[in-house]
Amino acid sequence: MPGRGGRGTTARSYTGGVTAYLDHASTTPLRPEALEAYAAAASLAGNPSSLHSSGRRARAAVEESREALAAAVGARPAEVVWTSGGTEADNLALKGLYWARRDADPRRRRVLVGAAEHHAVLDCAAWLAEHEGADVRLLPVDADGRADLDALRAELADGAGEVALVSLMWANNEVGTVQPVSAAAELAHAAGVPLHTDAVQAVGHLPVDFAASGADALSLSAHKFGGPVGAGALLLRRGTPLVPLQHGGGQELGARSGTLDAPAARATAAALAAALADPGEGERTAALRERLVAGLRAAVPGLVLRGDPVLDAAHRLPGNAHVTVAGCEGDSLLYLLDAAGVECSTGSACQAGVPRPSHVLLAMGLDEGEAAGALRFSLGWSSTDADVDAALAAIGPAVERARRASGSARTSRARRRRPAAATGAPSAGTAAEAS
Amino acid sequence: MRVLAAMSGGVDSAVAAARAVDAGHDVVGVHMALNRAPGTLRTGSRGCCTIEDALDARRAADLLGIPFYVWDLSESFLEEVVEDFVAEYAAGRTPNPCVRCNERIKFAALLDKGIALGFDAVCTGHYARVLPGPGGAELHRAADAAKDQSYVLAVLDADQVAHAMFPLGEAPTKERVRAEAERRGLPVARKPDSHDICFIPDGDTRSFLAEKLGEEPGEVVDEDGAVLGAHTGTYGFTVGQRKGLGLTRPAPDGRPRYVLSIEPVRRTVTVGPAERLAVGELRAVEAVWSAPEPSGPVEVHVQVRAHGEAVPAVAEVAGEEVRVALRAPLTGVAPGQTVAFYAGTRVLGSATISGTSPARG
Repeated sequence: MPGRGGRGTTARSYTGGVTAYLDHASTTPLRPEALEAYAAAASLAGNPSSLHSSGRRARAAVEESREALAAAVGARPAEVVWTSGGTEADNLALKGLYWARRDADPRRRRVLVGAAEHHAVLDCAAWLAEHEGADVRLLPVDADGRADLDALRAELADGAGEVALVSLMWANNEVGTVQPVSAAAELAHAAGVPLHTDAVQAVGHLPVDFAASGADALSLSAHKFGGPVGAGALLLRRGTPLVPLQHGGGQELGARSGTLDAPAARATAAALAAALADPGEGERTAALRERLVAGLRAAVPGLVLRGDPVLDAAHRLPGNAHVTVAGCEGDSLLYLLDAAGVECSTGSACQAGVPRPSHVLLAMGLDEGEAAGALRFSLGWSSTDADVDAALAAIGPAVERARRASGSARTSRARRRRPAAATGAPSAGTAAEAS
Repeated sequence: MRVLAAMSGGVDSAVAAARAVDAGHDVVGVHMALNRAPGTLRTGSRGCCTIEDALDARRAADLLGIPFYVWDLSESFLEEVVEDFVAEYAAGRTPNPCVRCNERIKFAALLDKGIALGFDAVCTGHYARVLPGPGGAELHRAADAAKDQSYVLAVLDADQVAHAMFPLGEAPTKERVRAEAERRGLPVARKPDSHDICFIPDGDTRSFLAEKLGEEPGEVVDEDGAVLGAHTGTYGFTVGQRKGLGLTRPAPDGRPRYVLSIEPVRRTVTVGPAERLAVGELRAVEAVWSAPEPSGPVEVHVQVRAHGEAVPAVAEVAGEEVRVALRAPLTGVAPGQTVAFYAGTRVLGSATISGTSPARG
């Protein structure tokens, strides 16, 4: 869904009002620097794998971008594997590490993943269990959504020789909770096990230093920090064995075949540079988020902030405000807010557009009823005070209406229910019956 | 008006929504997710409610430039339509799940939620008309008699009719609606119609019921009680059925036999000759009137099947019951079926058939 073109720009909603885009965690608007870099590179011909001068020029664009990206996230250039985005990076990490570790020692079939991971990790793990004999174990999270390191410790103590890998996200995409990745990596390494982290929500928003984190693999996605959709990378520590998913031209040292995308690489590097250039951006976003959270709480009795209650960068993504509203259905809230020009999300995965109770909230111990009224507001680089004002103006009436709608569905059913069918009774009339 | 357009992903509801937009209404499209575990793709014309249907509805809404949402009504649908369908068959009756869906989902769960959210009406692709009358909105047959769907809407009460919008009611033919979809560039223009019961995508009702209800073996008998065969569940039969009776002995006169009645407690299916199917009177309960409830005997036309013929009758409300004397006999009338009452093209109301009496020969 297209959002605002940039800070200070507005779009018309279908109701004729102004749209407040509060769904940056889904995708954040392309930064002007990224668009410019993309357009400049896209206008030049040349396959980075070609040996002629056009190819060399394209190759230089990819490598310069690789170096810039690596420097920005504490990695070496050779540790960057370009991918089509976060989902591919997660797939490459989980399947690639699992196969490589299992090939080296067939006893290594255990995969330890956080219970609140994104579906790109969870569904990968489930697929490995179904098709590749993996023994997947979910690491529980606490009520704030933070992974339980004692559970990881216990799993590793119980036969570390059988563990293929650990995957624990950097920060949760729904509730924003920052995870203890470095501590988990330390535990994993002490047991001789590699750790992958899905840092899709973190890169560009939190300080991320790949080398210092101790992680062996890290997924990132360009469109979460103002780069283009369809671009991302897996950072892979040197010397970490990985079986590729895609075979072909042998690009990326054989880890990921496929023609290198010079414009996407340029735009990704430019977006990340822009995201990190202004150290005040995160603080501005966090301040807006704080005002949003305080305003939401004041406007709606029974609204609960989910995720880590400590609103600083060590605990929570700066743009994330995830709440549940008692007595509401998420789809009603979403419609009413959308109609009022406020764009946000229920935060959970959809099937054919139907919000399902979030596995993250359920893992945090909420019941399905509590999880039904979930809303995720997420702010980003182009967010303004006006966006927060719009959300705060809309939320009260939306909740009131959504609560009525939720009640109406219940009463309508009761009101229109016919007398219970007399199951088992003979059919009332028969042709043999005379009148 | 603020209109909630129910969009199934088919051609009719897409054109209906388009016409509501043309009429100047503020339209929002909603696809009702009725199945918790929907199939991915349609198979031919069978079934509906697949993810592909939801995507087709979304594309149509995109083209019309209207907002579009998928609302999860699967829980209501399971309780109110699917479980009712199974329970009715278990009780030896013949339910119409489309009637139940209109009564309790589209014009109840969906309409009530829509009204609570600020909408004024629910718009669907049904072929029927809502016309203004001296006493308020009236439900009438569609202009195209061949496509008329007023029967499955006859269960709506006056309030539901007042909040219903059927933009295809005046459409001359289904072919014209398809042509209109084509002209509007709607990708669903050539999509095949849905048939059968949407929650039984393979069309095998008997297997669906067998899975829900298990085997309940019993006997097939004639009117004198002589055993003619065996069956694995009375729910596999419906009054008027001729095929699949599994009779081991031919009738003495060699003529075909039909299901006359079903008694689920004794697990007995009674069969007999065609003339014993002719019904002269019927009784019905749970009446719903969108027109004023009749007092005293009234001349009406009644229809007992979606595409059945309407026959003249005299109907009279007697307490909880409606008694109907048919001027011409009807065959294959099963308890559980809906009887719809008409005055000319107007739907007066409907009720659920509870019993029948044979036509006097």
